[in-house]
Amino acid sequence: MTRYVLFAALGIAALAAPFQVYPILLMTILCFVVFAASFNLLLGFAGLLCFGHAMFFGTAAYIAGWLLKNTAITIELAFLAATLAMAVLGYLVGLISARRGGIQFAMITFAIAQFIYFLLLRAPFTGGEDGMQGIPRSALFGVINVSSSFTLYYLILAITVLAIAAVYRIVHSPFGEVLRAIRDNEARVDSLGFNPVQFKILAITLSAGLAGLAGAMKATVFQIATLHDVSWHVSGTIIFMTLLGGLGTLAGPVVGAALVVVLHDYLAHFGEWALIIQGSVFLAVILFMRQGIVGAAKALYRRVVVRS
Amino acid sequence: MSVAITTAAPTNPAPEGDYVLEARGLSKSFGGFHAVRNVDLKVKRGSIHALIGPNGAGKTTCFNLLSKILTPTEGQVLFDGQDITGLRSAQVARLGLVRSFQISATFPHLTCLENVRVALQSSYGIAYSFWRSLRALDSLNDRAMQLLAQVGLKAQADLLATELSYGKKRALEIATTLAMDPKVMLLDEPTAGMGREDVEPITDLIREVSPGRTILIVEHNLSVVANLCERITVLQHGEILTEGTYGEVSSNPDVITAYMGGVDDE
Ligand SMILES: Nc1ncnc2c1ncn2[C@@H]1O[C@H](COP(=O)(O)OP(=O)(O)O)[C@@H](O)[C@H]1O
Ligand SMILES: [Mg+2]
Repeated sequence: MTRYVLFAALGIAALAAPFQVYPILLMTILCFVVFAASFNLLLGFAGLLCFGHAMFFGTAAYIAGWLLKNTAITIELAFLAATLAMAVLGYLVGLISARRGGIQFAMITFAIAQFIYFLLLRAPFTGGEDGMQGIPRSALFGVINVSSSFTLYYLILAITVLAIAAVYRIVHSPFGEVLRAIRDNEARVDSLGFNPVQFKILAITLSAGLAGLAGAMKATVFQIATLHDVSWHVSGTIIFMTLLGGLGTLAGPVVGAALVVVLHDYLAHFGEWALIIQGSVFLAVILFMRQGIVGAAKALYRRVVVRS
Repeated sequence: MSVAITTAAPTNPAPEGDYVLEARGLSKSFGGFHAVRNVDLKVKRGSIHALIGPNGAGKTTCFNLLSKILTPTEGQVLFDGQDITGLRSAQVARLGLVRSFQISATFPHLTCLENVRVALQSSYGIAYSFWRSLRALDSLNDRAMQLLAQVGLKAQADLLATELSYGKKRALEIATTLAMDPKVMLLDEPTAGMGREDVEPITDLIREVSPGRTILIVEHNLSVVANLCERITVLQHGEILTEGTYGEVSSNPDVITAYMGGVDDE
């Protein structure tokens, strides 16, 4: 019951938000919500720490940007193409890395991401240090104009809702059940006749596709794709957001992404202090809320409402 | 698709010399250290067979070799007449040779029902369906509840495994193993670390699920062994010391010296 009230309130707030808040800021939050949700699918539900998730986000931004600039493709097809391309890249990354666990998996994904970063730095179409600029917001289905940030916001919002629903479905599917079992005890899943590596490869594929979707959206929001989006800074930021919000919960990435983006925006005035304040927030959450903000809120809710 | 109900399918009494699991000259060395050395083991179909020996004798390593978690340095493993030496552990499990682990191996953040259902999914064929709702697994729930009831966990079906007591976790593990409907179960110290009050229910449970299956068990509690097992193999320093009935083995002077020495350092 409380859940439905919460959803309704959130829905109304999301629909009304661009009347109050700068739409670009809202869309930035939504892009990172999808990105963090894709990362959480791997770390929170498959136990895989990818330390190069920006490779999917940033590469997808270039792919969507290039298609929109150089072809007559509609915006939704550009999103779809970038998503599928990143799913393929994710599958290849999975083939190389899924046999390893823990810190080895993190190192391999980091190395692949660095490799892709340098590839894109050298590639002629990325615009090098300047980035790929002037990415157009082509019409939705070729007819609906989304060139203003206000209308684009509603498209991005709709896609975000679909993406979160997709993550929910993946986690609560026959596949998701086995995946969560692998996270808990891989050797046991193997002894029950499954091949855990295949499941992890599929999880990486799905997660990479979603991260790609987030990157493609970001390219149309800012109308630019840059090397920064592929860099390890962004890979680190997404880990930060997910841990802050709460690992292995569906609301965690939403809260974490929103908080970090708003914090970034707000702290921009503080110059150098921004990093120090951000670091302090992270430290406080790690020390006092090991389950992240959503995990801590759930525990509090259980203590106050259920026990009383 | 329906799932086979597996309450102790009556088997024909095994003919003499009908061995379901066989190790031939099995050896495993780690670096230069021989953990298992030239082990010949035959497990009769339908029997409960114990593998005992002091700590570090190589019992768990033997289990890892039989269940193909480890590859032997030398030797062969035969299951149901088939050479499985070259297979992977998951393939062996699908053939019906399923093991449990010495340390408790549940899925702590899954509910008890889900713990068992994961194993049932193994033969259900839709484990890769990431687009389907969990409702697609509803037809497995009856069987899962039946297995939970069998090990006395019906009331805990919706609890997370991590919330169970130690004894109940081991019971859940057995339910999960049973969900595979194994021909042969390898149980590695199912009563280890248990309080006295938990040992008896688990022993009864093992006896209860044994008809129609073969069980190879590593067990330190000798009264459990005496109670359950018709045949006992004693391992020491990676080699077979002797084999026989409980009466034969327990009166063997070599076993008494070897085994008593080992039991003491626990
Ligand atoms: N992966 C491994 N690497 C090196 N030595 C091992 C490994 N596994 C087991 N051993 C050694 O092999 C011997 C037998 O171990 P184990 O099979 O666990 O004995 P048991 O189960 O009978 O107590 C021990 O001395 C142990 O230290
Ligand atoms: Mg052992």
